[in-house]
Amino acid sequence: MSKLKALTHRKLFLPIVSMILVMLINVIYDTATGSAPFSFFYITVKNGVLYGRLIDVLNRGSEIAILAIGMTIVVSASAGTDISVGSVMALYSAVCCVTLAGFGVTNTSTYARPLIVGILLGILVCVLCGAINGFFVAYLNIQPMVATLILWSAGRAIGLLLCNSQYVYIRVPSFRVIGGYIGFLPTPILVVAICITVMTLFLKFTALGTYVQSVGINKKAARIAGFNSARIIFLAYVICGLCAGLAGMVATSRIYSADTNNIGLNMELDAILSVALGGNSLAGGKFSLAGSLIGAYTIQAITTTMYALGVDPAQAPVFKAVVVLIIVVIQAQPVKDFFAARAARKAVKEAA
Amino acid sequence: MKKLLAIAVIGAAAMGMAMTANAADLIKVGYAQVGHESDWRTANTKNYQDTFTEDNGYSLELVDCDNDHAKQIEAVRNFIQEGLDYIIIAPIQSAGWDTVLQEAQDAGIPVIIADREIDADESLYTAWVGTAPHDEGVTAGKWLGEQLGDKEANILQIEGSVGASAAIGRTEGFQEEADKHDNWKILDSQSGDFTQDGGQQVMESFIKSYEGKFNVVVCQNDNEAYGAMDAMDAAGITYGVDGDVTLISYDATHDGLQYTLDGKFNLDVECNPIQAQTVSDVIQKIQNKEDYEKKTLIKDEAFNAPGIKSEFATEITKDILDKRAY
Repeated sequence: MSKLKALTHRKLFLPIVSMILVMLINVIYDTATGSAPFSFFYITVKNGVLYGRLIDVLNRGSEIAILAIGMTIVVSASAGTDISVGSVMALYSAVCCVTLAGFGVTNTSTYARPLIVGILLGILVCVLCGAINGFFVAYLNIQPMVATLILWSAGRAIGLLLCNSQYVYIRVPSFRVIGGYIGFLPTPILVVAICITVMTLFLKFTALGTYVQSVGINKKAARIAGFNSARIIFLAYVICGLCAGLAGMVATSRIYSADTNNIGLNMELDAILSVALGGNSLAGGKFSLAGSLIGAYTIQAITTTMYALGVDPAQAPVFKAVVVLIIVVIQAQPVKDFFAARAARKAVKEAA
Repeated sequence: MKKLLAIAVIGAAAMGMAMTANAADLIKVGYAQVGHESDWRTANTKNYQDTFTEDNGYSLELVDCDNDHAKQIEAVRNFIQEGLDYIIIAPIQSAGWDTVLQEAQDAGIPVIIADREIDADESLYTAWVGTAPHDEGVTAGKWLGEQLGDKEANILQIEGSVGASAAIGRTEGFQEEADKHDNWKILDSQSGDFTQDGGQQVMESFIKSYEGKFNVVVCQNDNEAYGAMDAMDAAGITYGVDGDVTLISYDATHDGLQYTLDGKFNLDVECNPIQAQTVSDVIQKIQNKEDYEKKTLIKDEAFNAPGIKSEFATEITKDILDKRAY
């Protein structure tokens, strides 16, 4: 009993429960339709690559997961959100593809420049976007949403200008590797794994995590305690820009083209939602990277579930909204308090 | 920014009018274009710019409305204020046009609705010129029926954006034909949002749900079809002329037809962006006070892979592909 209690009081307990709940919908549906109850969880190797719905969740959730890493740091440090990430992803896609194809070319089967130049230039531009956001928020004290609103609208627009408002296709096999497969493993999963490892080590060995949380809890106190608050917030946005670039890299490689109109569209909202679903406060301060990642994969699990259930496209947004609503309500403080109070009453009754 | 742009556009237009004052015999036409979201749209814009030239007796004012309904209404209002001779609208949204159409009518300016459907009383606009997504769906269905004969069809459909008139029309038209065959079954139909990523994701899921149970995939635009191909490649499913799955797409963009020529798509149903000449014909008739059609449908063709004979589609050749305008 006490073990269970300890478990339910873990910070990540509810986010994990939420994710399991979403996956349970599939089990119920499969049982009801007479399919194998746990077919959602089957992982096999097909055509030489990993295959299964769980793999789809991990693979397709990569972009949101990468964005969630950056968003968590930004939310924690500045008690605000970076709403430009989706747009910055599109900008990556435009910069990278136009660099590789050459300006004005819409379809190419040979690189105009080495692949690595395109990727690095794209990432560099995204880091620069992060720096612009960071400068506005940290040094000019502009509210994060307003500051990042600028690139939210400009990022995609600049991308469209670069691409001449056209799709730019890079039909070279090596370009598709990052969004495709390495051996039997979908590469995006590997990219996320690397991002998480690097970020975790970075937070651990540089005390950046402590700095960020201190600044997020109380910016002034942190400054008086000797932290350079502004610089830490600035750095948080730079990291977020870098993450947006990496997410854009995966998304672009998946479709081997710059679809500037659609890449990363509305993805900033998914990223913010992941942070919230992971049990993190959007008011800044303490954060859990693992929570945000669970949140990100929960969102993707909802999407994958909708496809698996064959929800009517017109009703899909409603379905998603209802599931998110339930998850958010489960994690709301008054609801938690209610169940805690009930458990306490029950304990008193049993004791009496 | 947008306001500044608008002011700049109006300013430029005013100057333009002042300069061409002596060329008063030009027919002044305003075109409120949807945006520039796809290759198709770019081809459509270029077609208007090439048709409504001064040599042909027009001065064209083209406003790109960036897929923003409010911006489009504003553009039309500006046209009215400038007192243009004709207004062409490719409605971004089908509803919400009554007021501004009434304003145009009060100002005595004929309005021609182009390309897309509009949700307004017929008396509020002068003429309509466009394609019929419903017919495109029917063509796809008829072609499939002809090719399959008595064989059964287990169909997976990747729809376009929810609510888009092209998606609704293509779904309904295809459904109509599917209903005529007892052994056709649409297993599932999901939205891929007209994007490659959407098509890829939906197809990945379809493969898991209906592995080995489907033999037809219908994608409502070329981009979705590219995504579906990627997903089927990854799962080792063959498609196209030599494959197990018949792949049907709509749009017939250059890349889409290239895939048809390569035998990867079995059929690509066209949605024709070359519409300006037809609009110009209507305007000329109104100008000469001749009778004109209230609604003109632009013919959509369909192209199938080389080696397939059909009465509903043309066999694609390198020659046809090279000669196409987009």
